[in-house]
Amino acid sequence: MLDEIRDLYQEVVFDHNRNPRNFRVMEDANRKIEGFNPLCGDRITLYVKVSDAGVIEDLSFQGSGCAISTASASLMTEIVRGQTEQEAEHLFDVFHRITTGKNDEAINLEEIGKLAVLAGVRAYPARVKCATLAWHSLQAALKNEGEAISTE
Amino acid sequence: MNTALAYKSAYHEENMNPPEPCTPHLRLAESYPLEKIRADFPILQQIIHGKPLVYLDNAASTQKPRAIIDSIRKVYEEDYANVHRGVHTLSQRCTDLFERAREKVRAFLNAELDREIIFTRGTTEAINLVAYSFGRRYVGAGDEILISAMEHHSNIVPWQMLCETSGAVLKVAPMNRDGELLLDEFESLLSERTRLVAITHMSNALGTINPVQEIIDLAHARGIPVLLDGAQAAPHIKVDVRALDCDFYALSAHKLYGPSGVGVLYGKEKWLKAMPPYQGGGDMIRRVTFEKSEYNTLPYKFEAGTPNIADTIAFGAALDYVNAIGLEAIAAHEHWLLEYATERALEVPGLKLVGTAVRKGGILSFTLERIHPHDIGTLLDFQGIAIRAGHHCAMPVMDFFHVPATARASFGMYNTFEEVDALMEGLRETIKMFG
Repeated sequence: MLDEIRDLYQEVVFDHNRNPRNFRVMEDANRKIEGFNPLCGDRITLYVKVSDAGVIEDLSFQGSGCAISTASASLMTEIVRGQTEQEAEHLFDVFHRITTGKNDEAINLEEIGKLAVLAGVRAYPARVKCATLAWHSLQAALKNEGEAISTE
Repeated sequence: MNTALAYKSAYHEENMNPPEPCTPHLRLAESYPLEKIRADFPILQQIIHGKPLVYLDNAASTQKPRAIIDSIRKVYEEDYANVHRGVHTLSQRCTDLFERAREKVRAFLNAELDREIIFTRGTTEAINLVAYSFGRRYVGAGDEILISAMEHHSNIVPWQMLCETSGAVLKVAPMNRDGELLLDEFESLLSERTRLVAITHMSNALGTINPVQEIIDLAHARGIPVLLDGAQAAPHIKVDVRALDCDFYALSAHKLYGPSGVGVLYGKEKWLKAMPPYQGGGDMIRRVTFEKSEYNTLPYKFEAGTPNIADTIAFGAALDYVNAIGLEAIAAHEHWLLEYATERALEVPGLKLVGTAVRKGGILSFTLERIHPHDIGTLLDFQGIAIRAGHHCAMPVMDFFHVPATARASFGMYNTFEEVDALMEGLRETIKMFG
């Protein structure tokens, strides 16, 4: 049992769930979006500050959700900071592929760093949306879609 | 497995005295054929993630005894043809079996007439049928439909849709923090414009059993008909639609150990006669010309198209199975399970019950401090324990209790006291993992 659980809930996940990084309101954000997963009731408010040059200078989040969704949001805010919008878009695509297990043969796990801990959700289709909620929200924020997004 | 012993040993291990009164627990447990029942359900005899399956998601759907599985196979191997049409032997035989299932449902609900039993796809379709057909005939702009704050989405949305098309207004009777309907508030919401009361007999998210007799009496005193959503109640409470004098009663076969895709609408003949058909098609007509069609008599007026024949017949077999054990005996067993589970749950650190009504069916809805219900669900699954985690299609209930979701264990006729122990042990493991 323990091994199976550890595939899904690695220590990094527990750590980020207990102490989510960048878990705050950002007063000077220039993008803000609400994400909602109606299946679980996970809610996230994502704040993003993008510079004129298209660099993501800061991002933070608030909300409530399961350990997978909280850890995923927390990890995302750490990794995406300092990236360009294009780099973040690319990472979203890579992340989507590792979590769904589709077309992920050519992916270099080093490229995604800590995000690899969430690859375990691919074996649990009901939990994939937990892991991708924050990323869908980021994508919508970067496209500047002001409305709430949902994983459904 | 001896349940009486099992129950005793559960307390023995905890080195506790059995609760007072302990005798009724033991007496009931001894007379209840739990071992035999469990052996009748093939799906229960399996290992999930290395542990024996503990199935505690019965409010979502129940498992099926071999008799029901055999019944479906027999229909397709020996008796199958379309119903109400052919002159050939199989069609006649299959029609007889199908109509016998209707008679079994009538008896189960103690309805007066077979033609008051309409087969649908489930409770949801039964309620939609009433919203559409009753609504068309009796509900207009400014009229009111009264529901409660603890309804499943399927007893909210069809009425919202009716309100949208008719200009009627949806009224919601509130509940208290225990999840009990406020009967005085309910009564004060009954107005001259109330055309129908639609209320759940037992809440799927909270387990609350509503005082339906009082509700019906209050509504009838003002000439208002009442629909009861019996999806949760029918498997756990003996329903007598004539004693209750309810106007409509909706239920699903799949929560009553029968197949999915079959449900029932009971309706008083006087209403069903006056209501227009729900869907048009074959079987629901007597004569069709391009100018006009003449509708069939009850119950066929509401059963357009080829029905779910084999599953409906198997539902009849499910009712036979339930009757043979006795709904009262099942309800008593589930009651002791719930009582034991409630007691044990309160010993789990950080556990908060959601739904603490005095009158409750076998549903234990709860949250754990700092652990999201979905994580609870996944971690219990790793231990072979199946529960439901989510909003239980009752988002307004979740909003009322200020939780995004709950974890819900729900009991069926085959659950054991050891399974309650396994659940509690599983929760303690979960808490340990999350640290």
